[in-house]
Amino acid sequence: MVYGKNQWKAWLYLSPALILLAVFTVWPIFNTLRMAFLENYGLMSANGGATFSFGIGNFLKVLQYKKFLNCLGNTMLLTVLTVPISTILALLIAVCLNSIKFLNRFLQTVYFLPYVTNSIAIGMVFAAMFNIVGNITSADLSETGNIIVTSGIINNIIEFFGGQPISWINAKSSYAANIAVMVIYIVWNALPFKILVLLGGLQSVNKQYYDAARVDGTSRARIFTRITVPLLSPMIAYVVITGFIGGFKEYSSVVGVFGVNMGPVGDAGRLNTMVGFIYDALENDNQGRASAAALILFVIIFAVTMLNLYVSKKKVKY
Amino acid sequence: MDNKIMTQKDLTEVKRLQLAKKIISKFLVYAFLIIIAIAVLFPFYWMLNSSLKDRAEYELSIPTFFPRNPMFSNYVDAIKAANLGRLFINTMIVGISSTLLSLVVTVLTAFALARLEFKGKNIVFGGMLATMMIPGELFTITNYITVNDFGWINTYKVLIIPFLVSVFYIYLLRQNFLQIPDELYLAAKVDGTSDLKYLWRVMIPLSLPTLISITILKMMGAWNSYVWPRLVANDNMHKLITNGLRSTNLVYSDGTTNFPVQMAAVALVSIPLFLVFIFLRKYIMKGVSRSGIKG
Repeated sequence: MVYGKNQWKAWLYLSPALILLAVFTVWPIFNTLRMAFLENYGLMSANGGATFSFGIGNFLKVLQYKKFLNCLGNTMLLTVLTVPISTILALLIAVCLNSIKFLNRFLQTVYFLPYVTNSIAIGMVFAAMFNIVGNITSADLSETGNIIVTSGIINNIIEFFGGQPISWINAKSSYAANIAVMVIYIVWNALPFKILVLLGGLQSVNKQYYDAARVDGTSRARIFTRITVPLLSPMIAYVVITGFIGGFKEYSSVVGVFGVNMGPVGDAGRLNTMVGFIYDALENDNQGRASAAALILFVIIFAVTMLNLYVSKKKVKY
Repeated sequence: MDNKIMTQKDLTEVKRLQLAKKIISKFLVYAFLIIIAIAVLFPFYWMLNSSLKDRAEYELSIPTFFPRNPMFSNYVDAIKAANLGRLFINTMIVGISSTLLSLVVTVLTAFALARLEFKGKNIVFGGMLATMMIPGELFTITNYITVNDFGWINTYKVLIIPFLVSVFYIYLLRQNFLQIPDELYLAAKVDGTSDLKYLWRVMIPLSLPTLISITILKMMGAWNSYVWPRLVANDNMHKLITNGLRSTNLVYSDGTTNFPVQMAAVALVSIPLFLVFIFLRKYIMKGVSRSGIKG
């Protein structure tokens, strides 16, 4: 390889990016590792001249925290529920969309709309939709939490179809109802990207496979499972992996619906997530614990991604 | 004619069945797609519908699907109560300056990595790509300490500089630059054109679609960013719009949430994004399908 005479020029062009990356990306990796292994490290006390002994106390404390286990449970539950639902739904939508001509572009645009929204702002809209509106006092809620006075559009729709209204996100609402709201919102939010990727994949599939199948008289269901899904498997693997990574980093959609309290009134933190736990620790001047939690999050994401890659290596056909 | 159909009666019957099957499946496909479309659009409709109601109408036990007496004053109230004007200015300052700076840094880095030869190039590029695997929260903890030490809390700097460099955008643009034939560069060198002039006259125009995608995603990122701004910039002069929207309590005098005004504020925050999307749909969808990054 012959290098140009002006090698310094290349480094000059690289320097802004390299300096910024060194300060705000490379240094944080080392420093976060360091803080995670310093017992009870806090910024205030560090600035005050305190010294910290080396150890794994932060990790042990984090893993023993009920709060952390709650955050971990919420995050896992939301991820495990939303990734399959949104992937299957997106696959169905993409296949249907690919089979029609009339309204195709219009529907594509409509389905993409949730992507260009602010997840906090639209979370507030979902909160308004699931909310019980009106002057509800605790007297209106019976012992079991059934609503006597009700409104709110989602409950109206449920009542219209003959169902019982539910307290979705208000005080005394059940955990299952809270999770249901979050799953609906996260799936709504996650669909556009998945549809876009899967539809792109479908459009690049060679039509000959389908023609051959049609000649052979293959049924639609069989075409779907034997041709479409295998041919799309790289894209499916891609949206599943990015879905898992995004799911484990879930935070702002919960803030959107439930506010910074991360739970219904009277039960703050009930729906807190891993990322939320990290920020709480940071704001409580507990950088050591925040770092330990962030490393645990990183290890989980890394392990799940590797597992996904391993599975998809076996299952992805092309 | 009639005769022929009679003789091929069975065949016609089969064809009719096939046609009926086709029509039914088309109908089901459209029904499914339209139901999904309604589910996707409903929150936006409900946001606009609610934002134009007065309190009495909003709290009706049977809701109205179109405001009886549109209260456009809710929007004025929202701008005043949530201080949206100031939040908008702050967000535009941060969005525009971070986008411009980020473009300059990205173009220079991608150019060096795509076109120039120097020792250690592969190590630099590989190292950059490796950082993409690490979740951002890991950086945030230390960066919070760093900006504290720099005394940057509640400044524009803290919102612009720490997350200025995106390895993903560098990667995207480098791939684009690599597609421009080497001959163009060598010809320019023979003519005595400087690197920067070549970059400006040839490479940037040729990779304009990628640069536009980066610009839009970066601007949307500033508009939607919440976590970092909430951590480091909470005074009125620097608060960004999403943080401002979530942290402002829009309540009636009796303490209950004023949903119509809140929905008006949400609509005002959402509408600029829709306008950008309508006009630049192609670039956004292209950029997103390659990145998978939200904001």
